[in-house]
Amino acid sequence: MFSKLDSAKLKLLAFASDYLTFDDGEVLFFEGEEADSAYLIDEGEVLICAGDAGHEMVVGTLGRHELFGEMAIFRNSPRVATIRAKGAVKVIQIEGDMFLRMVTENPDTALGVMQMLSDKIARTTERFEAVEEQVRSLQSISDAAHPCAPMPVPGGGER
Amino acid sequence: MEPTLFRYIFAHSKAKQLILLGATLFSFPFLYMTLDLPKTIINEAIGGTDFPREVFGTSFEQVEFLLLLCMGFICLVFVNGGFKFWINVFKGQLGERMLRRLRYELFGRVLRFPLPHFRRISQGEIIAMITVEGEPLGGFFGDAFAGPAFQGGTLLTILIFMFVQDPILGLAAVALYPAQMYIIPKLQRRVNALAKQRVQAVRKLSERIGETVSGIQEIHSNDTSELELADFSSRVGLIFHIRYQIYRKKFFIKFLNNFLGQLTPFLFYSIGGYLVIAGDLTFGALVAILAAYKDLSGPWKELLRYYQTKEDARIKYEQLVEQFQPADMMDTELQRDEPDPLPQLRGSVIATNLVLEEEGGFKMVDGANLSFDGGHRMAIIGAGGAGRSGVAKILARLLAPTSGTVRIGDLNLASQPEAVTGRRIAYVDENAFLFSGTVAENLYYGLKHRPLRAADYTGNDKKDHEWFVDEAAASGNTVSDIKADWIDLDAAGVADAEGLTQRTLEVLRTVDLEDGVYRFGLNSPLDPVARPDLAGQILEARAVLRDRFEGDPALSKLVEPFDADRYNVNMTMAENLLFGTPIGDAFDLDNLGDNEYVRSILDKASLTNGILETGVKLASIMVELFQDVPADHEYFERFSFISAEQLPEFQQIVRRVDASGVEELNAEERSMLLSLPFRLIPARHRLGLIDDDMQDKLLNARRLFAEELPPGLRPSVAFFDAGEYNAAASVQDNILFGRLVYGRRQAEKNVGEAIEEVVNSLKLRRAILDLGLEAPVGIGGGRLTTGQRQQLGIARSLLKRPDILVLDGATAAMAPSVQDFIMKGIFEEMKGRGLIWVLNQIDQARLFDYAVVMESGKVLEQGSVSDLGRPGGWLERATAAE
Repeated sequence: MFSKLDSAKLKLLAFASDYLTFDDGEVLFFEGEEADSAYLIDEGEVLICAGDAGHEMVVGTLGRHELFGEMAIFRNSPRVATIRAKGAVKVIQIEGDMFLRMVTENPDTALGVMQMLSDKIARTTERFEAVEEQVRSLQSISDAAHPCAPMPVPGGGER
Repeated sequence: MEPTLFRYIFAHSKAKQLILLGATLFSFPFLYMTLDLPKTIINEAIGGTDFPREVFGTSFEQVEFLLLLCMGFICLVFVNGGFKFWINVFKGQLGERMLRRLRYELFGRVLRFPLPHFRRISQGEIIAMITVEGEPLGGFFGDAFAGPAFQGGTLLTILIFMFVQDPILGLAAVALYPAQMYIIPKLQRRVNALAKQRVQAVRKLSERIGETVSGIQEIHSNDTSELELADFSSRVGLIFHIRYQIYRKKFFIKFLNNFLGQLTPFLFYSIGGYLVIAGDLTFGALVAILAAYKDLSGPWKELLRYYQTKEDARIKYEQLVEQFQPADMMDTELQRDEPDPLPQLRGSVIATNLVLEEEGGFKMVDGANLSFDGGHRMAIIGAGGAGRSGVAKILARLLAPTSGTVRIGDLNLASQPEAVTGRRIAYVDENAFLFSGTVAENLYYGLKHRPLRAADYTGNDKKDHEWFVDEAAASGNTVSDIKADWIDLDAAGVADAEGLTQRTLEVLRTVDLEDGVYRFGLNSPLDPVARPDLAGQILEARAVLRDRFEGDPALSKLVEPFDADRYNVNMTMAENLLFGTPIGDAFDLDNLGDNEYVRSILDKASLTNGILETGVKLASIMVELFQDVPADHEYFERFSFISAEQLPEFQQIVRRVDASGVEELNAEERSMLLSLPFRLIPARHRLGLIDDDMQDKLLNARRLFAEELPPGLRPSVAFFDAGEYNAAASVQDNILFGRLVYGRRQAEKNVGEAIEEVVNSLKLRRAILDLGLEAPVGIGGGRLTTGQRQQLGIARSLLKRPDILVLDGATAAMAPSVQDFIMKGIFEEMKGRGLIWVLNQIDQARLFDYAVVMESGKVLEQGSVSDLGRPGGWLERATAAE
């Protein structure tokens, strides 16, 4: 994403950002928290978790050089998922303001971020379709058993 | 206050003024003799012939006679000087006492101003009037009667002497006085008018400066500095103009005086000379007259100056009186009286027809009637501007209603002295004000009404204290001793100091501030000389914490302890070198690289070149990183080692070093580069500029620094010593004895918890809370957050156990969860006593017994909450509407 950024800007970004270390299982941020920065993984992996405490569910993993936490910055909204370290993780914490400035001032970086977001949407859509497929097959089984009581499709709308 | 200056002086210093006058009059015969004796010396002793002479039965030859007269002259000079000395000291004392009285009276009046008056008169004006404007009056008070009497008397004595010598010459000396006495007051009147304008202009100026300071944020956020400068310029311009006019007139008066004054010698020389030549006047007499005339101009000038000062003082006084005499000022009795026993404010609260009219006729409260049972919880509901705050302030007797009455039980609130309202009622709003002082002083502020236990004075202190008391009484000031113990333990419901502290901590827990005070304590310094026991325990805590770190790898990752033999990568190079806390400015960490002693140590440790090279590398990195960043960008402030202004200079230096090495640099450039790396923190900046070799050298330099430190600089640093308490660092830093590592977000929280556990396990919490109570709150409580100020304000109110507690937005700046917690705690505290709460959230009214709903200054609904909250009742409708 930042590969197109000229080296001085990249260095400034690295210099002005905090380099944070987390141990296995440590939380980087919780769902619902106010968002103030985006993160770039330098070493290790993190887990994307959803659901309430106690009923937490891992919905994905992010690895080296992946960016996360940027959506809440763009949307100026609270965090939509909880992020936990999977093993030891080292991340660069980029302040929200600085991140937005980088993106707005550097078209190449913006493009990189867009590509990353598009990838995320594509992946989510794929996953969603897979889930929908599963639901539909469950539904057909259920329909066969109870023909008069259609099961609601979560988020799927009417088809 | 007396309407005119002279009545004020007369009323408060009649006897003293008479003594002064008497002493002055008594001194005149001596003055006359001092004038007369030189003539005798010249005519009789030097020019005389028939010797020996008889004086008091002894006969004297000429030289002996001369010496006798000269001795007499010296004695008279001495007596005259003595009179002057005594009179001046007496006058000074009198003047200062009067000034002290005046200031005290003005300040006392400020304390009795009705609150709305503070909107008409600014803080700046009040300060200027009591301090600067009062000052010249002090000088005048002592001079008021004795001044003109002394100068006038002196003048008269000299004139009499002259007339005795020669009536014509006497006449010549005073010939021009009538002219002066006619013209000068005329001119002076114009100066007076200008002086009046000047006083007003300066007052407005101080008001404006005060306003600018208060509104500084608006000036920045609106880019109005030029406007403010222009406004200021026009004001000082006006003052300049007035002053210029004054100078012209004043110096013209002076010119006129001098001119007229010089005409007199002309008369002396011509007429006097003629008389001597004609043999009608002795030569000695002329010399004496000329000498007397020299003395004459002094008193005459002084008299004219007195006249000017008097006019000035008169104007100042009249303006002070005018400003400090607002309508409906509180009666002195209401502040002074202290009924015994102090009545309680219990029973039903009945407010009838309350009207609170603002300036301009706007009715903030407009005919409000309310009644409720005082021992219960009452909610006041309404939008801002509905009159809810007005009612709250009236019920707390902070504002006097324009009309209407408040009765509590069988007492009329308006006629109760502050001893009742200020102790039985507590009021807190969102501006809970803190006075500069400690947390404890602010908490106990509501318990200090009168001095209760006299301070212990012994020896000289006792004498000094007695002197202070006598002087205070002589100036009509209160003799209450500020150093006495004022804390009313009974009011707080405790028996002794320990009980008070226990109760204070309980109240702090109620307002959720105990943790805050604990943190103040942790961040406070401790004097190990005064508290060796506690310092020892903190060192013990340091050891226990160190053990905990060693047994818990996850925790030990979060802290890098101070270790004399290791370079601490979480500290700056400056801190690593100093390895201690600087005391004073000698080893200011920000400028350590420029310190002469530090430079000499670097040379000794063969580090200078290494640091210089590091400086070059750092400079070139900074130049690369920041050359494209706009100069006004916050990154410079936050991240750069080099300011935007200095960047071009460093750019050049780096270029020159690249081309021809560091040898080419001049001393100043080398110095700039040398200072640069002192702020480097390896773990934070991650630039890899301080390698192992350099760390070793720096450790060596650290040792040298400590070993070779000259005795003169020894008090400027408190070294980090594992076995010693560091008096310059906070308690927390002493326990931690290390640095939190960078890049571990949970470090602060987890280490804080570990410290708290250790503190609790060693039973140190209470001692740290005590330190927290003694921590200063800063000016206006500036070291506390707004929320903490409000918490402290509420705690202060709870401590005095009021019969009625009025809260108006007192929890506004706190987090909602804290607000709820505090509300519950206050309910518990105030059980069975009156609680009046101006609510922002209507649904909270359900937690109260009574509610009053206000709109446009009128009571819209009121009654028990069970009534208002019934289905279809007001409360339900309003909650639904919300």
